[in-house]
Amino acid sequence: MPLLKQTSQSAYAAFAAGLIDPSRDTPSVVAGPNGKAVAKRYNVYRNNVTVSLIEALAAIYPAVQRITGVDFFRAMARSYIRATPPTSPLLFDYGREFPAFIEQYEHARPMPWLADTARIERAWLDVYHAADADPLSSDTLAAARPERMADLVFTAHPATRVVRSPFSVVTIFAVNRGADRAGRIDPSTPEDALITRPHLDVAVRHLPPGGAAFLTSLIAGHTLGEAAASALADFLSFDIASGIAGMIEAGAFVAVAIGDNDDH
Amino acid sequence: MDAANRSEGPAIVPLRFSPLIGGFAGTSFRHEHLPAILAGGKQRGFFEVHAENYMGAGGPPHRALEALRRDHPLSLHGVCMSIGGPQPLDREHLARFRRLVDRYQPALVSEHLAWSTHETAYFNDLLPLPYTDATLERVCDHIDEVQNVIRRPILLENPSTYVAFRESTMSETDFIRGVAQRTGCGLLLDINNVFVSATNHGFSALQYLSAFPLSRVGQIHLAGHSWQTDDEDEPLLIDSHDCPVADPVWTLFETVIRRCGAIPTLIEWDSKVPDWPILKAEAAAAQAVLNRCHTIAPRAYRHAAA
Repeated sequence: MPLLKQTSQSAYAAFAAGLIDPSRDTPSVVAGPNGKAVAKRYNVYRNNVTVSLIEALAAIYPAVQRITGVDFFRAMARSYIRATPPTSPLLFDYGREFPAFIEQYEHARPMPWLADTARIERAWLDVYHAADADPLSSDTLAAARPERMADLVFTAHPATRVVRSPFSVVTIFAVNRGADRAGRIDPSTPEDALITRPHLDVAVRHLPPGGAAFLTSLIAGHTLGEAAASALADFLSFDIASGIAGMIEAGAFVAVAIGDNDDH
Repeated sequence: MDAANRSEGPAIVPLRFSPLIGGFAGTSFRHEHLPAILAGGKQRGFFEVHAENYMGAGGPPHRALEALRRDHPLSLHGVCMSIGGPQPLDREHLARFRRLVDRYQPALVSEHLAWSTHETAYFNDLLPLPYTDATLERVCDHIDEVQNVIRRPILLENPSTYVAFRESTMSETDFIRGVAQRTGCGLLLDINNVFVSATNHGFSALQYLSAFPLSRVGQIHLAGHSWQTDDEDEPLLIDSHDCPVADPVWTLFETVIRRCGAIPTLIEWDSKVPDWPILKAEAAAAQAVLNRCHTIAPRAYRHAAA
């Protein structure tokens, strides 16, 4: 395969270098026709790149944009894009570091709940695109022998995510994704979210106290007994029966089996 | 959603139409239009999707595309293979592209004469390339690779551009002809791109079309453009796909169809997308031009199709 001449390689590099860096001059490798200037022409590409990536982030994080307002969001997104351009052509995968970026973004400091709201939105899109699978039915679970319940291990649905937060982010997310005008919300109540998509529609649930510890343990492959202990350690009054009923109703798991430490 | 309508793994959708869709006009597919499209029953035309939007593992995008594909031919339009780029193609991306071709059996498969990835950065735009012997070799190698992996020829789309590379040594039409001759690929003639580039670079769109290897064109794109101004305060057209097709582009389209016969033609509308009836009417206008033509263009690249 013939190698590209050095000139072409550097032409691409020069063209690419200024696309997301506004401090760079227009590259000298390109020209307008008939001696015309090229600055505004090259800026069309700069604008396409930045604006399309801002719009990609706004599509992934609409609640964040609604909370901050469009101008704030676009400025924040622009800084993020310059620091972290996409490395994959799949834009629904872009912006994984955006919640962490928001946490460090100076102008967002007065909104400490914003990053966790973004985490729910990121999880929402991952769940939306996750692989399809039939969720575990309550009948399958009912067939398990009662004396072996503590040894059960579950396989998480590919579209199951848990997001924990010291802020009221489930409420903030719901209000800012809804059609109604957002009212005042007390952001200081800790809220954990379970995001699932058993069939077509993504659902975001507010987990009861202990619920996130319970599900996180099960998703990690621990037994039901171990998960119940984690949940009780997190919240002493955790109701295991309703925890199980809730996870089945949400479609958070696809399979159940007796754990590896099975002794018969 | 009825569980019986969902499938376990990737569903192979059998071809329900002859791949020869020469007499048809189609539109870009938007999810928000699906209920209106399905409510209208089987349409005469075809639908085009951007491949990357269906590269997720599952979920609503695939359900929507399956529902559409059941009764309509599909055009799979890749946007970010970076065929015109200096670096090797992204093998993972190419494998994903192949899985979509296998799964949805599109009547048409296309990509762009452009690049979008440099080193590790993906720029999400169709960027221009220098037209030289060296870049021609590289583009041909990339198209060979794509066609080998997906096991069928692709249609390569001419770009809209705002700048030219100083080091270019040949015209865009000579470059495109060389690529088609060497690789056996077909061409996707975007007539809006021709008009946009002709205005931006001060050449004649008709002369470009005269020099273009029209016999290899397997699909046409029509789209709207917007207006800005260049550094000299003269018109600079932007390939924005956010409005109706402009009158001079319709005129060029009629010229091409009179010369070539009816070629499958797509109305591209990707931004500020209107309600389905408006998009459908735009496709009907293209269909009327195709209907006035009594011959269906032979597909020059058909011999290469399986």
